[in-house]
Amino acid sequence: MIKISINGTVHDVEVEQDTPLLWVLRDVLGMTGTKFGCGVAQCGACTVHVDGTPVRSCQLAVGDVGDMPVVTIEGIGATPAGAKVQKAWMDLQVAQCGYCQSGQIMAAAALLTQTPAPTDADIDAAMAGNICRCGTYVRIRDGVKRAASQA
Amino acid sequence: MDMQPSPSPSGASRRDLLRGLAYGGLLLAVGLPLGRLAVAREDAPTVFAPDAFIRIASDGAATLIMPQVEMGQGIYTAMTMLIAEELDLPLAAVRLEAAPPSDALYGNPIFKVQATGGSTSVRAYWTPMRKAGAAARAMLVQAAAKRWQVDPAACETQDGIVRHAASGRSLPYGELAAAASHMTPPSDPPLKDPKTFRLLGKTQTRLDIEAKGNGTAKYGIDALPPGVKVATLSSCPVPGGKIRRVDDTQARAVAGVRQVVVLEDLVAVVGDHMWAAKKGLDKLVIEWDEGPNATLSTESLRAAMHEAAKRPGVPVKSEGADVRPGDAGVISASYELPFLAHAPMEPMNCTVHLRPGACEIWIGTQVMTMVQAKAAQAAGLKPDQITIHNHLLGGGFGRRLEVDMVDKAVRIAAHVDGPVKVVWTREEDIQKAMYRSTYGSWLSARLENGKPVAWRHTVVGPSVIARWLPPAFSGGVDIDAIDGAADQPYAVGGFHVDYVRHEPQGVPTCFWRGVGPNNNIFSVESFIDRLAREAKNDPLDFRRALLTANPRALQVLNTAAAHAGWGTPLAAKAGERVGRGICLQTVFGSFLSTIAEVAVGDDGTVRVRRLVTAVDCGMVVNPDGVISQIQGGLVFGLSAALHGRITFEKGRVQQSNFHDYRVVRIDEMPAVEVHLVPSTEAPGGIGEPGTTTVQPAVANAIYAATGVQLTRMPIDQTLLAKGGRT
Ligand code: FES
Ligand code: FES
Repeated sequence: MIKISINGTVHDVEVEQDTPLLWVLRDVLGMTGTKFGCGVAQCGACTVHVDGTPVRSCQLAVGDVGDMPVVTIEGIGATPAGAKVQKAWMDLQVAQCGYCQSGQIMAAAALLTQTPAPTDADIDAAMAGNICRCGTYVRIRDGVKRAASQA
Repeated sequence: MDMQPSPSPSGASRRDLLRGLAYGGLLLAVGLPLGRLAVAREDAPTVFAPDAFIRIASDGAATLIMPQVEMGQGIYTAMTMLIAEELDLPLAAVRLEAAPPSDALYGNPIFKVQATGGSTSVRAYWTPMRKAGAAARAMLVQAAAKRWQVDPAACETQDGIVRHAASGRSLPYGELAAAASHMTPPSDPPLKDPKTFRLLGKTQTRLDIEAKGNGTAKYGIDALPPGVKVATLSSCPVPGGKIRRVDDTQARAVAGVRQVVVLEDLVAVVGDHMWAAKKGLDKLVIEWDEGPNATLSTESLRAAMHEAAKRPGVPVKSEGADVRPGDAGVISASYELPFLAHAPMEPMNCTVHLRPGACEIWIGTQVMTMVQAKAAQAAGLKPDQITIHNHLLGGGFGRRLEVDMVDKAVRIAAHVDGPVKVVWTREEDIQKAMYRSTYGSWLSARLENGKPVAWRHTVVGPSVIARWLPPAFSGGVDIDAIDGAADQPYAVGGFHVDYVRHEPQGVPTCFWRGVGPNNNIFSVESFIDRLAREAKNDPLDFRRALLTANPRALQVLNTAAAHAGWGTPLAAKAGERVGRGICLQTVFGSFLSTIAEVAVGDDGTVRVRRLVTAVDCGMVVNPDGVISQIQGGLVFGLSAALHGRITFEKGRVQQSNFHDYRVVRIDEMPAVEVHLVPSTEAPGGIGEPGTTTVQPAVANAIYAATGVQLTRMPIDQTLLAKGGRT
């Protein structure tokens, strides 16, 4: 039995230690907001925050999470940066198919927490790991800037 | 209004289908089967269901049944706007429901099949959906007028309420639902004058936007029926290959693995969750019988296409003076596109619960009735024994117009007790997929006094239509493959277009965002630039002179040129060569011009700095939705230009995931500008045209910067190093 804290709630899960957090969230706990896109840290669709840091949950074994708090897209709206990003994303109508957007929002919220007024280069560095196949990058960039300006 | 179901594909004339596919606007007169359900619903009079699309309950709840699927293109919002405009319903009051499978009720008026693709939705439904809204509104007004004993013409509607101003009476739609069910639908309800539109043409918030920002939006891959197990699979890495032998001893020993299913052409591992299934799959020892395609390579496939290009094609257009490659004074060139994968962010998946006599499916698909038919075939059931829960699509791009993932999932599910979700790994999604085919274009032209006087274009490519929509394929011509070639916008004198059907051996091909025009726009626009150079003319002026009879095309071209600053100097850093390039196109019923600005490093590295696009897509439903689709389409095209390539070696796809099948990321993004040109013409498509403009605009810009004309995609940077080979 492994104990993990997700969005402030502690869950007991019965899986092998090496199971990636992604599949614990999606297939064991039924929290499907976090997405599978590549499984090899190439796309960012599975991004969650672990102890405040953006992490590719397809690469993090659940046994390594320990007592570090996990925040997912289902809980990010309760953080100041997450709420601002979600609002900016709505205002600018960023999402198309939406499948990548959980990961985009998690990456953007982490960026704004670290760097409240990011430059274009900061945005490139923080967001280049998140692919959007629908091509919403113009609005993602504008969305990060808009969220930053709502300090 | 037509009370009959739309004719079946086999009953539709080829000419209608042709016109529908090529110029969707002309088919808008096709009636939807309005009125059918009013009869069927007489047992439930508290719901006003005047047609297949609208439900108004006596508590006032309005539900729209969506025949088109949402894959990011904003169609749920656009379709709702069309109905809500004429029905005078507030957008916020509407609930959406995905339509069940039925070509008769929900067939796309252009395809006659329940399909979302080809940038057809708004073109197909612009009039029928508004008529549906107007008919329902008229019935509600009739019901109110009857109750009040007044003239229906003296009643008006607003925000879901019928009013009679003279007597000051009003009733919400919900209270009229039961009575309206007994009214006769008007045969041809009048539509609003566009000048009075309150929703159409004005940006509205997407109805799906909130759920897509907080993790609650549900895609096929999120389906979780109680007790569901998760499976992942491996099909033969060589298309058409079979399983010879599988040793699953170690796979079965993985914790959480429940079962290994070995079929003729694939093996699947079923587990408690994806990780168990994936670990199990990695532990299988599989021996393949690779079959007849085991020696395929990119080179052999390309050589076969070049061989095919020597065959005489089927004439599509043959008007006026002819021109043949090799004749004196003739300018000739050929252009080629590679195989591509779709790689939507949501990998292929399908969840199936197969029981005796019944099959339940959870999926996100562009083609409900094809899923139903395929599942029935794979399960040995009748179509009406198949239940489908359609979901949002995590990207379609043409890949979800196919049902191979359904076939495989149902065949696996036949061996599993209870529901099973079959999820493809990204590697499976890229390596065992269906692909955008290679295409080639062979062009020749003759110039006199700086203008073309004869033009010949031979298109070489597969016919996806012949497999996917057989009634639309006859006479040996694939109307998609020649789209953008047979109807290019320029006055070129003698005009000859041929089509050579060439199916690449062994490689399963399918539609891909931008479809046939990807090939034709790339080749025509590259060749036009080539001719401009031969004529020693500026690419913009050369085009303008050939567009005097095509004002809409000329206007988008001029608009893009003005915004891009065509002709003004471009700043360049040391070690960079810079240039601009044009694309103009008139496909999918829309007019687009894109001007690309590139910087090419001395080492050949290409950076696209700016894309400026002008769009005239006729009347617009949701302007911000159009801009969003063009922005996204441009990025999709840019990925193809910069990186897109699927290659084969020993029959196997050599790319496997996003590290070697690259797509554009945010740090490669150019500045993007989209300018809408106002128009009162019939609506055009907007899902694909952004994509098709990018390759030629970028290739032409690269020529302007370097003097190297690229004739194949993706960009080969080794050709562009300063002083390198040309
Ligand atoms: S699924 Fe984890 S980075 Fe793509
Ligand atoms: S919105 Fe579709 S992948 Fe980003």
